Amino acid sequence: MNLFTFSYGIIHWLVDLINHLWYWLGDVLPWQFGDFFDAVGEFAASDGHITVMAILVEVLIIVIIALVNVLNFIWIDRKFMGRMFDFYGPYYVGYRIGGWLQNLADGIKLFVKEIITPAKADKLGFLLGPIIFVGSSFLALSTIPLGRDFGISTNASGAGVPGSALIAFAFFAIAPFSILICGWSSNNKYTLIGGLRSAAQMMSYEIPMLLTVASVFLMAGSFNFMEIVDAQHDVWFAIPLFLGFVIFLICLVAEVEIQPFDLPEAEAELVEGWTTEYCGMRFGLFMMTSYLRGYIGGALATALFLGGWHGPALIPDPIWFLIKAYIVFVIIEWMRWSVPRVRVDQLLNIGWKRLMPLAMLNLLIAASLKTLGWF
Amino acid sequence: MAEMWINMGPQHPMTHGLWNLRIKVDGETITDAEPEVGYLHRGIEKLCEGKTYTQIIPLADRLCYGSSMTWSHLYCLTVEDLMGVEVPERAEYIRVAAIEMQRIASHLMWLAAYAVDLGAMVGFIYTMRDREVFIDLLQALTGSRLTYNYPRIGGVAHDVPPDFERDSLRACDYMEKKLVEYEDLFDGSKIFMMRNVGVGKLRKEDAMNLGVTGPPLRASGVNYDLRKDMSYSVYPELDFQACTLPDGDCYARYRVRMDEMYESCKIVRQAIQKMPKGKWRIVAPRNAPSGTGLGRVEDPRGEGMMYVVGDGTDKPYRLKIRSPIFVTVSAAKKMLVGYKVADVVAIMGGLDMCIGEADR
Repeated sequence: MNLFTFSYGIIHWLVDLINHLWYWLGDVLPWQFGDFFDAVGEFAASDGHITVMAILVEVLIIVIIALVNVLNFIWIDRKFMGRMFDFYGPYYVGYRIGGWLQNLADGIKLFVKEIITPAKADKLGFLLGPIIFVGSSFLALSTIPLGRDFGISTNASGAGVPGSALIAFAFFAIAPFSILICGWSSNNKYTLIGGLRSAAQMMSYEIPMLLTVASVFLMAGSFNFMEIVDAQHDVWFAIPLFLGFVIFLICLVAEVEIQPFDLPEAEAELVEGWTTEYCGMRFGLFMMTSYLRGYIGGALATALFLGGWHGPALIPDPIWFLIKAYIVFVIIEWMRWSVPRVRVDQLLNIGWKRLMPLAMLNLLIAASLKTLGWF
Repeated sequence: MAEMWINMGPQHPMTHGLWNLRIKVDGETITDAEPEVGYLHRGIEKLCEGKTYTQIIPLADRLCYGSSMTWSHLYCLTVEDLMGVEVPERAEYIRVAAIEMQRIASHLMWLAAYAVDLGAMVGFIYTMRDREVFIDLLQALTGSRLTYNYPRIGGVAHDVPPDFERDSLRACDYMEKKLVEYEDLFDGSKIFMMRNVGVGKLRKEDAMNLGVTGPPLRASGVNYDLRKDMSYSVYPELDFQACTLPDGDCYARYRVRMDEMYESCKIVRQAIQKMPKGKWRIVAPRNAPSGTGLGRVEDPRGEGMMYVVGDGTDKPYRLKIRSPIFVTVSAAKKMLVGYKVADVVAIMGGLDMCIGEADR
């Protein structure tokens, strides 16, 4: 039994389980609640419930992928940081698997902490900010396929969702908006500056990033992850578009807000910036989502520049994809722990005056290559 | 955005201790600044008036836990000046070696804090790691790791431990190698240079008028080092330089401290090699005569000064402490105005704040 049959087995089992639960609910709950569930029961008996099942399973898969990757990422981050800093990293909780369970322990600790809303905060914004931040990141994750038949954005024919790459970037770019909401509604000067910095940062980094991505779209001739990855079957786009790959990585660091460009949450100057007033699991969600965004960034770089799931057939596709995404993440972490933070005006200078012209140049290179018929 | 006051206050991670810097920002640009000291009121000068001369030594080294050896040495110098006690030459050399080790450890702690202020975590970890080498040496010498209650009135508490000379020389060699590594790590980092060069300019005249001392003063181009200009202890017999740079920005302050660490390695090496055999302590009188005593030393943070008035009893009538950081903080406004919020941490971190000594 190889990995595919195994994973499909799990998925089928989950579908069956949820189906049975659904019918069980349809039997038991009407006995209690009567009329309301009659309507639900009718819906369950119709074809509509199959779609509902599919959506539920997909949500479950996304959450599983997200959580497992986040746990892995935090663990890799801490272990890698430990090696850089001459110590071990976590090794006590779950010592047989290298301290991997430490993250779960930290999560439990965050869960039992009290959630405090500041008295003068804008309550609605304070609550909505994290929801948008986490939700948009999960939505961005849902568009990225891990393999040819492994992911939400694949469909039965294997052709993928048209425009899935565009959708991914659209979802990915919602986060600064929620950061601005969080920063404003917390009613704190540090968070306010953090939120406004986030907006400025998004302005100056989205554009060069999307210009390099446009060069990839141009080379592949498609907005679809499936076709973009297939176009890299012979040569990864990171080789002809090396300049674009470097620009993309730099912009990615700014986009997911980690170390040299983590100005919205600069802990030395703004006391964690826009997350200052959040505590307990809300802060835990921010932490989790920032790692998740790191993973999404790595996955985007993999799909757009590093040939996606292509690799020698020894290991299955999703594993190739994850290995590449993890390597990109480790490179970003390497930067994160070794360089100081830049100042906000310097960040804007780098974005507008350096990366923007280079991204234009990269687009020109891509267009030339395409015109010459080499791709 | 309208102008607003922000408290870089007692809760802020940039404030290495309990103090408050209020800055007025227009967007991200600082238009006004107001340092406030007084959150850590310890009343140490008053405390000293109720204790005997020997009992004050462990209070003096708690003034600044970053450079406790220097402060207890300063106290002993002051009281020796009051009592007219001659210190044995071996004790002087041991003191100088210990003080210079303390200076390296203090500067390393500053570098670590500065790296954290700028966001360079690896710089923090590496410098704190290498600080351990000197902390271990001082622990072998004195028995404690942070507040060294080692100098005594008329010498030092006890002789150096066995192998101390060899370990010190090794530590100096190690440190000189590591300093090159730090230069790669910091000077070689484009972002570090961007954050430091030309930031927090303090003009020579302002620095002198405000009474700034120590590395911030020397980084502004004033060649003023008490170890050279008002030589105390055995510094005249040692070969070293006062490190000066003309720029007056954060990078110059960083650079001056790095150069000082090289010089301190040289001083430790010479002090260890020139250390004569003999007594390390003489018995000082219990009661001081009526009169005054004054001591001035070059602390890692600037000029430390103590003034003691004796009234013939075994307790000082009055003890006045002049701490460098209390004066240096007052230059905050001159340095901050016109720069960004993010530069506050670079500028104030570059002063090597130690609130314990400033706040009394």
